[in-house]
Amino acid sequence: MSSSRFGTRFRKRRLAAAACVAAVVTAAAACSSSGGSSGSGSAASGSNSSTGSVTVAVVSNPLITGQMIPLTESVFKKQNPGITVKFVTYTEGDLRAAIEKDVSTHSNSFNVVMIGPYEAPLFAKNGWLVDLTKQYTSSDSAYDVSDLLPSVAKSLSYQGDLYAAPFYGESSMLYYNKSLLKAAGVTMPLHPTWAQVQAAAAKVNQPGKVSGICLRGLAGWGDNMAALDTVINTYGGQWYDTNWKAQLNSPAVSQAVNFYVNLVKQYGEPGASNDSFNQLLTLYGQGKCAMWYDATVAATSIATQFPSVYAQTGYSFAPTEKTSSSGWLWSWALGIPQGVNDQGAAWKFVSWATSKQYDTLVAQKYGWSAVPPGTRTSLYNNPSYQKAASAFANITLQSINGTDPEHPTVGKVPYVGVQYVDIPQFASLGLTVGQQIAGAIAGTESVSQALQAAQSAASAYTPQQLSGSN
Amino acid sequence: MAVLEDVTSPPATGLRPRGVSRRERWSRRLPLLPALIYTIIVTQVPFLVTLWYSFQSYFWNEPGGAHWTGVSNYKEVFTDPNFRSALVRSVTMTAIAVIVAMLLGVALAVLLDKKFLGRSIVRTLIITPFLVMPAAAALVWAGPMLDPSFGLINWLLEPFGVNHVAWLTTHAYGSVIVVMIWQWTPFMTLIVLAGLQGQAQDTLEAAKVDGANAWATFRELTLPHLRPYIELGVLLGSIYLVTAFDQVRLMTNGGPGTTTTTLPFYLYQKVNYAFDIGGAAAAGVVTVVLTIIVASFALRLFASVFQFEEAK
Repeated sequence: MSSSRFGTRFRKRRLAAAACVAAVVTAAAACSSSGGSSGSGSAASGSNSSTGSVTVAVVSNPLITGQMIPLTESVFKKQNPGITVKFVTYTEGDLRAAIEKDVSTHSNSFNVVMIGPYEAPLFAKNGWLVDLTKQYTSSDSAYDVSDLLPSVAKSLSYQGDLYAAPFYGESSMLYYNKSLLKAAGVTMPLHPTWAQVQAAAAKVNQPGKVSGICLRGLAGWGDNMAALDTVINTYGGQWYDTNWKAQLNSPAVSQAVNFYVNLVKQYGEPGASNDSFNQLLTLYGQGKCAMWYDATVAATSIATQFPSVYAQTGYSFAPTEKTSSSGWLWSWALGIPQGVNDQGAAWKFVSWATSKQYDTLVAQKYGWSAVPPGTRTSLYNNPSYQKAASAFANITLQSINGTDPEHPTVGKVPYVGVQYVDIPQFASLGLTVGQQIAGAIAGTESVSQALQAAQSAASAYTPQQLSGSN
Repeated sequence: MAVLEDVTSPPATGLRPRGVSRRERWSRRLPLLPALIYTIIVTQVPFLVTLWYSFQSYFWNEPGGAHWTGVSNYKEVFTDPNFRSALVRSVTMTAIAVIVAMLLGVALAVLLDKKFLGRSIVRTLIITPFLVMPAAAALVWAGPMLDPSFGLINWLLEPFGVNHVAWLTTHAYGSVIVVMIWQWTPFMTLIVLAGLQGQAQDTLEAAKVDGANAWATFRELTLPHLRPYIELGVLLGSIYLVTAFDQVRLMTNGGPGTTTTTLPFYLYQKVNYAFDIGGAAAAGVVTVVLTIIVASFALRLFASVFQFEEAK
């Protein structure tokens, strides 16, 4: 019958059309979801420092996206018309991957990279970074390298030479909302213990309204593990003993992790296993946290972004248990990979962004309290800064000076680092353990299950592998 | 053996190039060659490089570059419980999302096939989720919708006694699937709607004359008619959802723990956090082999999509 034949063909065409439309639409969606581009280095050569092209890989934290990038556009490029500067911004985890790939394969698409105390000595040891002391700072008296805070400069050095110039430095401390604590009848000492913090959190916690304490839960060695490691250290725990035997199932570590996980579960913010610095800054700034344990640099962001909460904020040193101090030590610093083009222009940018003059520039534009903290002694001697940042300047400086990455815990350790272990394997190991802890915080597994998995991940390497690469 | 041929060639069978000379056939193929060569270069060359890397020990954060390790990367892939659970999770997430999206899609398509006031507005609204970029949708869901403190969902549920549920922590797996369903239901609706509108009216009228009720008509006439459309939707939906990455990366980052780590995210983590190029390459090769096996079975199962004329 002709009509049914027509119907079949008609339907077939429709189906084909539907398939085509589907393919086109989904292809478009797939295209639109892919993205991300990396800047490519220029082919221009020469060591002339007044011309060239500089591509900088940076982390997308407030002091960089809100200050460094706009000031480069408005000031640095005007002062150095021969130098073009391009930024590539990443979140912390993506930044590490992009830089590791670029530097280790010598692709050299970035001539300036933002790294920290974990990467700088490891990269320097592999011969991946330019020796800033030998090449520049020893002959550049205007840069005044001796003005850098000694502990920060040391953490970015290898065999006594500086390999990355610090942009801002931080330790960790406890923030608290004075009015919320007062309403609950709690006073917070300047040097609290974790037991005191727990007792205070229990009193101020109002489920659904205000969390007793906000803590990092997001998986990552720079995220939840940074905060947890300081707790493990002060409880006397460690990642490895002096024979490189994993210690993550030791009683001290188990006690510390149980404490941290229970503290977050009972009095922490809801959904903690997805929160890290930026989320907690927002929560604290909105008055949703009575206390918050995080980086000292947060004070600068609270002061500039949340003035009303800033007025109510009190500061204590990182809580301790068995050690006398427990704050971490970190900095975001600029290094120059070995063998890049326009090295002179790259140093010109690095020295500008980490100079004393840069601090003055930020102060003129955004006020003294917004200046990147924790890198230069002169900033803490500056009366204008002392006045504007009186609330947190001294405690930040003392916290940074009080850290000792070589002796982070009670016993001896074979590694350097408060909230990290200075071995290449830690990039992967820290994430694996962080995932287990996040699982314990979310309640998908128990703390002892998480620590068992963590211990077996940490034991997967032989002592030779671990010490050989140290 | 007319797989694919029917869909790609023009419907009029008289135009088939039968009995043309060899030279003639090549001159017809020639314009397609650049596309074919391009496809081979951008898909097969990287695959060969991946294959090569899968036998190397290569970590970005260790100096010295790559060196040969034999099959140890593959051994690690097959003994890694995280790889197995990521594999299972990818399959179950895709299956649940595709099946539920298809059920909803059929229901919505049947509704949209009826005439009612404001139908075109409703149709546009229903299609919208599919037009939102997956990354943007994931961010909107993770932030304004599901946030435990500021989220809209919790705000809406609060009057009913639901208090500050941390969806992405306590129900991470379900939340990711819900977003996948939300995004792909419109696609299923579109395909099924195309099928519904191609249904011959006279058969439906005949059924009515014969006294069949609405449900019986749907079950006995409409559903068999829709079968190839549903199969097509399931096939395409599965292909795209099994590779879904945006939702996992942006909503839960594979967590908490590894509860939402799917295969694509597992591979991403192996490169981006562990810097283990050799291991990631080996896991990638295993994934491709498994995908080819599954895909060939699926294509055979849904062969009627491509052999419509014979099937009818």
